[in-house]
Amino acid sequence: MSTRLATGGRRLDRSRRVAFTFNGKRMQGHPGDTLASALLANDQMLVGRSFKYHRPRGIVASGAEEPNALVGLGEGARFEPNQRATTTELFDGLSCISQNHWPSLETDIGAVNGWFARFLPAGFYYKMFIHPRPFWKHVYEPFIRRSAGLGKVPNPGDPDRYEHFHFFCDVAVIGGGVAGLQAALAAAEAGARVLLMEQTAHWGGRAPVDGGAVEGQPVVDWIDATLARLQDMPHVTLRNRCMGAGVYDHGYLLGYERVSDHAPGSDAPRHRLWRIRAGQIVTATGAIERPLSFAGNDVPGVMLASAVRDYAVDYGVSAGDRTVVVTNNDDAYRTAITLKTLGLEIPAILDARQQGGGALAEEARGMGIRVENGKGIAKVKGGRRVTGVAICAQAGEGAVLEEIGCDAVAMSGGWSPVVHLWSHCGGKLIWDEALALFRPDPAQPPRGADGAGFVLAAGSANGALSLGAVLADAHAAGQAAAEATGHAPGATPAPQGTEDTEAPIAPVWLMPQGARTALRMKSWLDYQNDVKVSDVQLAAREGYESVEHAKRYTTLGMATDQGKLSNINGLAILSDALGQPIPQTGTTTFRPPYTPISFAAIAGAARGPLFQPVRKTPIHGWHEANGADFEPVGQWHRPYCFPRGEEGRHEAVNREIRQTRESVGLLDASTLGKIIVKGPDAGRFLDMLYTNMMSTLKPGRCRYGLMCNENGFLMDDGVVVRLDEETFLCHTTTGGAEAIHGHMEDWLQCEWWDWKVHTANVTEQYAQLAVAGPNARKLLQKLSNDDLSAEALPFMGWTEARISGIPARVHRISFTGELSFELAVPAGRGLALWEALMVAGEEFGVMPYGTEAMHVMRAEKGFIMIGDETDGTVIPQDLGLDWAISKKKHDYIGKRAQQRAHMADPNRWKLVGLETLDGSVLPDGAYATAPGHNANGQRNTQGRVTSSYHSPTLGRGIAMGLVHRGPDRMGEVLEFPTLDGGILKARIVDPVIYDKDGEKQNV
Amino acid sequence: MSEAVPPLGGARFNGLAMIEDAGLMGMITLRGDLASAAMKAAVKTALGLGIPDQRQALSGEGGSALWMSPDELLLICARDGVAQVIASLEDALAGRHFLALNVSDARAVIRVTGAGARETLAKLCPVDLAPGTFTPGMVRRTRLGQIPAAFWLDGRGAFHLICFRSVADYAFGALCDAAAPGGAVGVHG
Repeated sequence: MSTRLATGGRRLDRSRRVAFTFNGKRMQGHPGDTLASALLANDQMLVGRSFKYHRPRGIVASGAEEPNALVGLGEGARFEPNQRATTTELFDGLSCISQNHWPSLETDIGAVNGWFARFLPAGFYYKMFIHPRPFWKHVYEPFIRRSAGLGKVPNPGDPDRYEHFHFFCDVAVIGGGVAGLQAALAAAEAGARVLLMEQTAHWGGRAPVDGGAVEGQPVVDWIDATLARLQDMPHVTLRNRCMGAGVYDHGYLLGYERVSDHAPGSDAPRHRLWRIRAGQIVTATGAIERPLSFAGNDVPGVMLASAVRDYAVDYGVSAGDRTVVVTNNDDAYRTAITLKTLGLEIPAILDARQQGGGALAEEARGMGIRVENGKGIAKVKGGRRVTGVAICAQAGEGAVLEEIGCDAVAMSGGWSPVVHLWSHCGGKLIWDEALALFRPDPAQPPRGADGAGFVLAAGSANGALSLGAVLADAHAAGQAAAEATGHAPGATPAPQGTEDTEAPIAPVWLMPQGARTALRMKSWLDYQNDVKVSDVQLAAREGYESVEHAKRYTTLGMATDQGKLSNINGLAILSDALGQPIPQTGTTTFRPPYTPISFAAIAGAARGPLFQPVRKTPIHGWHEANGADFEPVGQWHRPYCFPRGEEGRHEAVNREIRQTRESVGLLDASTLGKIIVKGPDAGRFLDMLYTNMMSTLKPGRCRYGLMCNENGFLMDDGVVVRLDEETFLCHTTTGGAEAIHGHMEDWLQCEWWDWKVHTANVTEQYAQLAVAGPNARKLLQKLSNDDLSAEALPFMGWTEARISGIPARVHRISFTGELSFELAVPAGRGLALWEALMVAGEEFGVMPYGTEAMHVMRAEKGFIMIGDETDGTVIPQDLGLDWAISKKKHDYIGKRAQQRAHMADPNRWKLVGLETLDGSVLPDGAYATAPGHNANGQRNTQGRVTSSYHSPTLGRGIAMGLVHRGPDRMGEVLEFPTLDGGILKARIVDPVIYDKDGEKQNV
Repeated sequence: MSEAVPPLGGARFNGLAMIEDAGLMGMITLRGDLASAAMKAAVKTALGLGIPDQRQALSGEGGSALWMSPDELLLICARDGVAQVIASLEDALAGRHFLALNVSDARAVIRVTGAGARETLAKLCPVDLAPGTFTPGMVRRTRLGQIPAAFWLDGRGAFHLICFRSVADYAFGALCDAAAPGGAVGVHG
C-alpha cells in the first residue's frame, strides 16, 4: 500500500494539516502536497478509469505528463473536469471526484468493455459503425456520444475572474529547473531583459531530487543562491505557476499563469494569460521519463521510477513497501537507492541490459539490493493494484523465471526531452542513437522573419542529461540568446556541475523483446485512451505507414495528455512493425498548448458586459429610458422599435410607420458612416470609387452613390454631400464606415499615392437625426429661424442652420419616401436636439421610429439595402440601378468586372417586387422553385426573396426579390415553398409600390 | 443654448489605478505633409508646438500635438479654442493640400493614474509598458481589448487614453476590470 513516511518530504509543512475529499471520502494532507501526493499518502491507489475499457487507473507520474490521475475538481460553479492531480496544489477544503465510471470507481459497469477487448481493436469504430449506413445517425452515434468524454461540463457560470497580460522581453526562458535558472542568469548578466517562467510552484526542477553538486556545493544551495541573484536583478522577471503554453511566429509566446488555483476565493484572478513578445525564447523544459511496455504496465502501482523518487523525496510518500525497479538505464537505480535509504524494500532491480549498469548499479549492489541483468517483467500480477511481478529474460518471449511479490513497480524506459515548445513553430528534431531520444536539431530551429532562429533549447530539453552537461548547455544557450538580442555576453564561465559516469542506455521498446500476442495485448502505450502495443502493430499490418495516420487510427496520443508518455514508445513500435529506423517514422506534430489551458483564460476579460464592445449613439441613453427594443447592427445597438405599454413589436412598428407617413417621426441615424474626403483630387478620386459621377456634384448638393469592389460587386451605398469645392462628405452604411474608410486609404496609399486627397472618418463626431413625414418642415421651422423652405433648401440639397440654437448641417434627403431632413450636429449636442424635437413635435404627435419601420418604409419605396438585396455576389445592374452607373466615365472600381460575360448575361437574377396573391408575408430568404431537379436531386430554383415585410401602408405583405430575368416577367406568378410544406404564390411586380413619382419627398 | 454632453459624465473608479473621465477637450485632426516648413510654421503659430516625431506627444501651454501617422496629427487644445486654432491653421496653410477638422465630439478621454496604471493598460493593450521603455512624451495608437484606442504619457506620470465616443462605456468598463483589486501583476513598478 502507498503511505506517508514518518520523515522526509522537503516540500511539506508537516506542522499543519489540510483537509480534502475524494469521491466524498474525507482525507488529510499537508501544505505543500499535490493532490496526487496526498491521495497516495491516503493509500488511494485507484484514481480513475481508462477511456475505452474502463480499466482501473492509478497515478503514474508526478508532473504535467500524468495521463491517469484526472479528476473533476471543485463544486458547483467552480467545478472543473479533467484536472491533473499531479499538478494540482492541495488546499484546505479541496473536493474532487474521479471520472469515467458508473456506478462507482470501485465497481464499474463499463469495465465489461475490457472483457471484449479482443473485439475492440484499433480502428474498431471505423470498421464497425460504417454499415448499415442509416445506423450511424440513429443508433451508433447517439450511443457513442453518451459514452464519450471523460469529464462533466460545469453547469452554472464561472464566478472567477480571468485576464490577459501583455509582456515584452529580450529573452524568455521557459522552465525554472537548473537549466532555466542558469540560462536566465547568463542572459541577464549580459544585460538582456529576461522573463523566466516555471509551471510549478517550485524552482529547481528535478535537481533537488536527483542530487549532485555545483561548484562543490549541493545543487539545492546553488538553486537558492541563483534564484536570489535573479530576484535582485531589476531587468529579470520571475514567474512560477506559469507554464509556457505555446510558441508562435515572430517570438510570440503564450504563458498560462495559474494565479489562484491553489488559493480559491481570493480576490486575485484565477488564471492570467501572458501574451509575450520575446526576442529569443529558451526552452529549458526538461525531459519526461518513458514507461516500459510490458504486460500489465497499467495496473495501479506501476509508476515511473522518477515519480516514485519524487513522491518519496518531495512529499515523504512511498508508493509501496516493496518496490521492484525495472529499467533499461542507470537513472532508475537512483530510485532504488533513495527508497532503500528511506528503509523501504527493493526486492529486485530488473535491468534489461545484458551488461547492466555502471557506478549507480555498483552502489545499489553495495547496499545489498538484488540486481538482475538482462531481465525484465513478463507480467504484472494484480488487478486494482500490484501484488507482484513475473520476471523473464528480456531476450526471450516471456517464459516466467520467477514471481516476486511486491506492491509497486518503478519503471524507466529512458528519458525524452520535452521538445514540444521547440517544435510548435517548426523546430526540427534529430534522433540521437546513443541516448535513444529525439532532441532539437540546432541547425533547424524555428525561424523568424529574418530567417534566423528565435528558439534555443537548453539543458535536458536539449538532450543534455547530466548536471554538468545541463549547466554548460544552458549557460551557452542563455549567452547566445542575449547576444542574438544585442547584448554582449559576459566572460563568466558556466558553473561546474557533477558529471555522471553512467553506463549507456539500451533501447527497450517491448519487454520482453519477443513478447507473445497475449502479452502485447496487455502492454499499454497510451493509458488514457487504451492503446496497446498490439493495436499499433495491427495498424501497421493494415497499412497505416504514416505516424500521423497510425495515431488517428489507433487514437494513440490523442487523449488529454496528448501522448506525453506514449508517443515515443508508440512510434518505436510502429517503426519496428514497419521494419524501418525510428527517424524514418518520425514524430507526430507537436501543437500548442503544452498542457490544456482553460477556455476562460483564453477569453480573458471578454465575458459578461465586456464580451463584446457595444457601440452606443449619443442618444442611446434616451432610447434605453424610453423602452427601446434594440437590435445589433454591426457592433452598434440600434432601436428596432419603441413598444408602448402592452404593445408587441409588430404593433409598435406599424404605429411608427403610420405616424411617420401621416405626420412626422424621428430616427436616430447617428450610426451612418461619415467620411470626409478633401483635396484637389477629391472629385477624381470619388469618380473612381463610386459607379456614378461625383465630380460634377455642385457644392450645396447631395447625390446617392454606389460603391463596388474590384470584382464589380456592390459593397456599399450612401449619399455623397459636396461641402465645398475641395471637400466631400461620404455617407456609408452603418456597418460599412470602417471598412470603406480602409478601402479609401488602401487605394490612396497603395495605388494612387500621388493623388492629393486626405480622408478622415468623422462618423463619431456627429449625431445624425432624421426628421421624416409631411409635418417635418413645420416641426423644424418651430425650432429655427433659418429658411428651410423647398425654395431655399430643395430636395437633395443641404444647408447650415441653427435648430434649437444648435448649429446643424441640414440635408434634404429621404430614405422613407416622405418629406425628410437629416440633421447632423456635434455628437455632444445630439441628445439636446433630439429632446427639443420631441417637445416641439408634441402637437404633431411626434414619436421615434426604429430600424424596422425604416426598413419597411424603404422597401415600400423599392430602395435597396446593402446586406439584404446584396450578399457580395450582386452587381448594381442586378438591382436595376443602371441609372446610377455613369456611362461617361472612363473607369471606376468594378467597371471592368461588370463587363465580363457572366456579369452582362441577361439571364442573371434581377430585382423585382413580389406581391403574394393572398396578401400574406413571404418568408425572408424563401426560394422560388422552377421545374425539375438539379444534379443533387434538389428542386431547381429561379429566384429568392431578399426583403419581406408587412406593409401597414398597403395593409398586406410586400417583398423584394432577385428573380431570373425578373423585370422581363412582370405579372408572372411564382411558387415559394414554405418550411411547413405549403406553397405561397406571389406575382412579379414593380419594386416601387409607394409614391413611384416621388411627389411626397419632393415638397 | 444647451451644453455639450460628455460621453462618460465624470465617471471615476479607484482600484489598482485611478480611472477617470477626463472630460471634454478640443481636438483637431490635422493631415498634411508633416515634413514641410509650412506645416511646421502652422502648428507653431497655432499651438506653439513643433511637429512630434513618430510615436511622440508634444505638450505645451497651448495644448498638445500627438503623432498619429506619417501624415496625421491629433491636436489637443481648450474646447473653446478649437475654432481659433483651425482658423490659424487654415490661414497658415492656405493654398496647400491639408485637412484640418474639428473632431472634439468624436472621442472620449480617460485618465489612468497611480502605481498600477502601467499594468492596467498592459492587460488590455499589446504595448511594452515597462517604465524604461514607455517613457513620458510617448504616444501609442493600439487596441484596448477589442476596440481601437490610443494613449500618451505626460510628464507627471498620467496616461491619457482616447477612444471613440460610442465605445466609451466599453473602454471604461474594461479599464475598471483590469484595475480591479487583487489583480496586481507585480511586474511594472
